[in-house]
Amino acid sequence: MQIHASPVTSRVLSPELESARVQIQEWARQYGLDFYETIFEMLDYEEMNMVAAYGGFPNRYPHWKFGMEYERLTKSYAYGLHKIYEMVINNDPCYAYLLECNHFVDQKLVMAHVFGHCDFFKNNIWFSKTNRKMMDTMANHATKIRKTIDKYGLEAVEGFLDRCLSLEDLIDRHSPFIQRRSKPAPNEPEHRGVPKISSSEYMDEYINPPDVLAREKLKQEQERRRRKHFPEEPQRDIMLFLIENAPLEDWQRDILSMIRDEAYYFAPQAQTKIMNEGWATYWHAKIMTERALTDAEVIDFADHHSGTVAMHPGQINPYKLGFELWKDIEDRWNKGKFGKDYDDCEDWLTKRNWDRHAGLGREKIFETRRIHNDITFIDAFFTEEFCHEHKFFIYSYNAERGGYEVADRNWRSVKQKLLAGLTNFGQPAINVVDGNFENRGELLLEHKHEGADLRLDYARDTLENIFKLWTRPVHIKTVIEGKDKMLGYDGESHLERTATDA
Amino acid sequence: MVLNIEQDHLRFREIVRGRIKQDLKKYISNSEMIGKKGKDFVSIPIPQIELPTFRFGERQEGIGQGEGDLSGPGSAGNNPGAHILEVDLTMEELAQILGEELELPRIQPKGTDRVATERDKYSQVSRTGPESLRHFKRTYHQALRRQIASGTYNANDPTIVPVHDDKRFLSWKTKPRPESSALILYMMDVSGSMGDEQKEIVRTTSFWIDTWIRANYKGVQTRYIIHDAVAKEVDRETFFHTRESGGTVISSAYELCGRIIEEEYPEDQWNVYVFHFSDGDNWSGGDTDRCVDLLKNTILPRVNLFGYGQVDSTYGSGQFVRELESTVAEEDKLITSCIETKDDIFQTIKDFLGKGR
Repeated sequence: MQIHASPVTSRVLSPELESARVQIQEWARQYGLDFYETIFEMLDYEEMNMVAAYGGFPNRYPHWKFGMEYERLTKSYAYGLHKIYEMVINNDPCYAYLLECNHFVDQKLVMAHVFGHCDFFKNNIWFSKTNRKMMDTMANHATKIRKTIDKYGLEAVEGFLDRCLSLEDLIDRHSPFIQRRSKPAPNEPEHRGVPKISSSEYMDEYINPPDVLAREKLKQEQERRRRKHFPEEPQRDIMLFLIENAPLEDWQRDILSMIRDEAYYFAPQAQTKIMNEGWATYWHAKIMTERALTDAEVIDFADHHSGTVAMHPGQINPYKLGFELWKDIEDRWNKGKFGKDYDDCEDWLTKRNWDRHAGLGREKIFETRRIHNDITFIDAFFTEEFCHEHKFFIYSYNAERGGYEVADRNWRSVKQKLLAGLTNFGQPAINVVDGNFENRGELLLEHKHEGADLRLDYARDTLENIFKLWTRPVHIKTVIEGKDKMLGYDGESHLERTATDA
Repeated sequence: MVLNIEQDHLRFREIVRGRIKQDLKKYISNSEMIGKKGKDFVSIPIPQIELPTFRFGERQEGIGQGEGDLSGPGSAGNNPGAHILEVDLTMEELAQILGEELELPRIQPKGTDRVATERDKYSQVSRTGPESLRHFKRTYHQALRRQIASGTYNANDPTIVPVHDDKRFLSWKTKPRPESSALILYMMDVSGSMGDEQKEIVRTTSFWIDTWIRANYKGVQTRYIIHDAVAKEVDRETFFHTRESGGTVISSAYELCGRIIEEEYPEDQWNVYVFHFSDGDNWSGGDTDRCVDLLKNTILPRVNLFGYGQVDSTYGSGQFVRELESTVAEEDKLITSCIETKDDIFQTIKDFLGKGR
């Protein structure tokens, strides 16, 4: 299907903007950015909100969640709470949307920003397995689901979609890169048989009596059958497990697969939020300040740029954190602030004034943008100096004072906390461990508890949704307030019990 | 290609409506919502309409950057947890939901045969019209567009000459005026025994009554009377916030009410709704007799509906409602209802409006 000629009723760029685009693209390439062809479309704010509600794609399957997002965006735009300046889609060609009512200088900034993203999409390894024809794929999904609705009715399909979307995060984000399912090893116990005690031939019958051997064999057989797990190993990709094992109708299986594909497509964006936004911000700042700005635009640019990297109470701004880290990396590698000598140096002042004129900064940041994701990025480059320089801290809630306060400024704790927040991309890590739990065809999931409890009301609702797919009782092992618990739903009521070793 | 967001948005609104209907009882007794009433719509908080997923509970910690001035509670909000969605509903939508859920019959207005007046409004632009109504700006705008389109526009010599086809004229649309109008008259006992809680109940109840009646008529007037031992007419603000300490003489209010209706609202042109809220602790039996008399002879013949809501209070004897029921019971224009707690508001509204008057 060829739909990407003009996805929305969009307008082409004005001649002025078009020449700015050509110019900025040229500069971006000169700096070494490498991207797919990037198509800019001009949208008014209403269209922008629509496209944004659809996650950037003009053609999505019908679902109320998009309508809800649209309402939210429209309202916060109307109340002046936020404005979407730009949107860019990881696709070949890349699509980027500009907001019609923006100033010329803002449009230039956004274009420079977009080329940063496009370079990142094309070159970061975590994006390497994403579908680059997603624009078409999304449209195909939409068509298929519409046809399904025509056949089975809106209510059935919508209800099923609700359930699928409730499981959207239950995928294995590393699986595109790892062969999870190995072929059965040739050396498994079942091939070994019952061990015999070595003996001379004439004594064999007495030392290894046949009836004992047969009994032993039977026992082993039973043991093996008892132990045989389904799945054999805990499986992170719960959506896949359900696709392969839940009693679904064909159309349901199709829909679940489509939702899973879309989830995998979006996953790397969550894995690289800090890097990607930081990278784009770094490049818009670079291109604008070194090349694209005219004297008259400086103030507007500064205003907009500082808005982008401003910190807001209660959350980390990925634009800011990423941007500063990229600058810091470039600076360190330019000055040779790395390696054994530097790490071993204990004098603060020497370290601070360290400059070996290594000049490797540019090279290093390009290498980094290729191989890292947010976790490894923070792990590798969030240093003590960086933490102090940028005044990071941990805050916590003080019940006595009834407010939040600074709890810790130690860089190791801050880093730990940052990384913890990114582990499994901020989602609870959940595996399916048994598809035949208690030998009754029930489903057992396990939450790998790493300090934070699940939100129970949501967990219960999610269990209900999984139950509707699995059709047999569903359980999840987790930890609630320090105690091992098992939550379950059997189609009628929710159970909560202290977990035993199942 | 057209985006389908409108469908999805409509579907979302439908789901929202369903949710509101489901929980209407809760919303009805919740006076917070009234505070969020704008001119034409209310904003209703709906909890959790999102898709459930496995996610972490509230965290009490997070990371910040800067000097760390987090003094004072609430300065840092790291709670993605409680996601409350505020949905705007128009008053019509709200009335419709109310009507559906309470199974309220449409009101049959009197005086539908009254001639509707018409009014012209200059709200349109047309291609034809008299020169006196020529719209200069639009005409020149049109001429400019034509010249640019045909390539005859010269930026160095921006002369614009409209031709006949460019001309635009103001045009009018005739709008009919409301044909039936209604008066809602609220009376409330503000004697010492009516506390804040009771007033809150009255306020909430009157909000829903307003919503429904306004949805049924086009021109609605509201008037307010407060009384303790004497009655006076006040504005809305005063109505809900006055507290007197005197005794209670209900007939004073009924007298004033009767006079207002008689003098200002001719029966054949107005649908009159009167609601009276009190804790039912009247001054004397003699005065109650006078009230009954006023009701029977002056008020009831002229109104569509007289609703008496008796709010439970610790001080009131609650005698009045029994007197009314025993002496005026045969009149079907009189509806009495007892409101003990906020949760009864739902039933009271159903009582008052359930007859379709």
